[in-house]
Amino acid sequence: MTIESFFAMGGYAFYVWTAYGICGVVLVINVLMPLRQRLSFLQELARKQQRQQL
Amino acid sequence: MYAFFAIVRRDLRLALRKRAEIINPLLFFVLVITLFPLGVGAKPMLLQAIAPGIIWVSALLAAMLSLDSLFRSDFDDGALEQLVLSPQPLSVLVLGKILAHWLVTGLPLVIIAPLLAILLGLSAKTISILLITLLLGTPVLSLIGAIGVALTVGLRRGGMILSLLVLPLYVPVLIFAANAVEMAQLGLPVMAQINMLAAMLVLACVLAPWPTAAALKMSMS
Amino acid sequence: MKFIPDPIGKFFHRMASPPHFYALAGQMIPWLTGIFLVLLGYGLFAGLYLAPTDYQQGDSYRIIYIHVPSAWMSLFIYIVMALAGAIGLIWRIKLAEIMAISSASVGASFTFIALVTGSLWGKPMWGTWWVWDARLTSELILLFLYLGVMGLYNAIDDKRTASKAVAILALVGVVNIPIIHYSVEWWNTLHQGPTVTKMDKPSIHISMLIPLLTMAVAFKFYYVIAVLQRARLELLQRERTSAWVKKLVMEQSK
Repeated sequence: MTIESFFAMGGYAFYVWTAYGICGVVLVINVLMPLRQRLSFLQELARKQQRQQL
Repeated sequence: MYAFFAIVRRDLRLALRKRAEIINPLLFFVLVITLFPLGVGAKPMLLQAIAPGIIWVSALLAAMLSLDSLFRSDFDDGALEQLVLSPQPLSVLVLGKILAHWLVTGLPLVIIAPLLAILLGLSAKTISILLITLLLGTPVLSLIGAIGVALTVGLRRGGMILSLLVLPLYVPVLIFAANAVEMAQLGLPVMAQINMLAAMLVLACVLAPWPTAAALKMSMS
Repeated sequence: MKFIPDPIGKFFHRMASPPHFYALAGQMIPWLTGIFLVLLGYGLFAGLYLAPTDYQQGDSYRIIYIHVPSAWMSLFIYIVMALAGAIGLIWRIKLAEIMAISSASVGASFTFIALVTGSLWGKPMWGTWWVWDARLTSELILLFLYLGVMGLYNAIDDKRTASKAVAILALVGVVNIPIIHYSVEWWNTLHQGPTVTKMDKPSIHISMLIPLLTMAVAFKFYYVIAVLQRARLELLQRERTSAWVKKLVMEQSK
């Protein structure tokens, strides 16, 4: 099997790769969103604490 | 048991004083059904074919719209708090409230439905089946809906979220009831569907008051 | 508690304390991610490359390796969510409440993936993007149930109350899911006939089954990672005023 035929998916490339792509994007977003939100929340808390100390 | 009937009597008397709460869902029901022929065209064959679905979907929406009045006024004037604190089991009281609510909002739908069914061209035998499905199905809608209202009664804008909570749970009733009417139109036996609806009614009567009571306690705290 | 050996009881007690959970979850996530990536890599390689082409559906069937595990996860997570909600409701364990609501968005994502991939699989098989097939329809209703849970949680300001509401709703949903599923299946056989059974696989070859199961296990790991990630955020937001969060912020800003 060549690389091209692998990516062609027997003519179903669009359906197969779109499905896998959407799945990947959704799953990645689901982990990264809370991670980023948590980090920014921690920063916000840190800023608040510094202000209180001043 | 005495408390149950006391609640039913009290709620019925209150509802008779505020007739708009009875009339509005009924008017909505009639209006939605009138809109369908205007929307899809007045072809008798087509209307007859989709009549079971139209009537049941409209009944579903009307039942959902009427739900808000189930606990609203009692929540606003504090009577609900009294109920929650009363020594009687809350689930029994809740069942009484639901029964009273169904009598003033669900039963009128059942009574007016034959008239609308005639407008959509259903035969007399089909109408009798439609009545049975409505009699068995609309109480289930009230019972399931009560859980949703109890969860959202404390919210300022609970209306939109209520439909999201309640409508997916209405799906089985819609499927069996609309299908029974459809099968009756074709002259096929409908006992299976009727039995399913009856089973759902029994199940809802037994199970639904518990989460409703729990949700009310939660909303009060 | 007598039936549970002391060390296990202690373990759960420690797990239920927010700072411990927060730290432990943070330590576990890299390991879990490692295992997940290995499983995912093998599953994708075996599913997309090693597994033979289906003689009926060609290569389009390869969507099965994400579609079916997602559909399994969508139901599994709902049940876990209801269980966690029930535990939170009965024993008032804060962490169970957080686990329940953190599961909702992950479950909704898997339901969404199952729907989209089912539609993308359906297009070449049925010729249309959407068929009112029993499985897709129940999946759609499941998505609404998830959205209801998330909507209710966001609508209630007090998060402890919101958790209780969500737990009650999830339990009601769990009782209803079999009824909904059964009724949709029944409705489908009446209206459609057995034309859409193409997706059913009466006998699946072992070379196709292994990647499928690998992906299913990988998704389970993903769920744990995602739910821990979200639970940490939830926990931090709820406990923002507590001493341990303040200490944590102090240590981090140094």
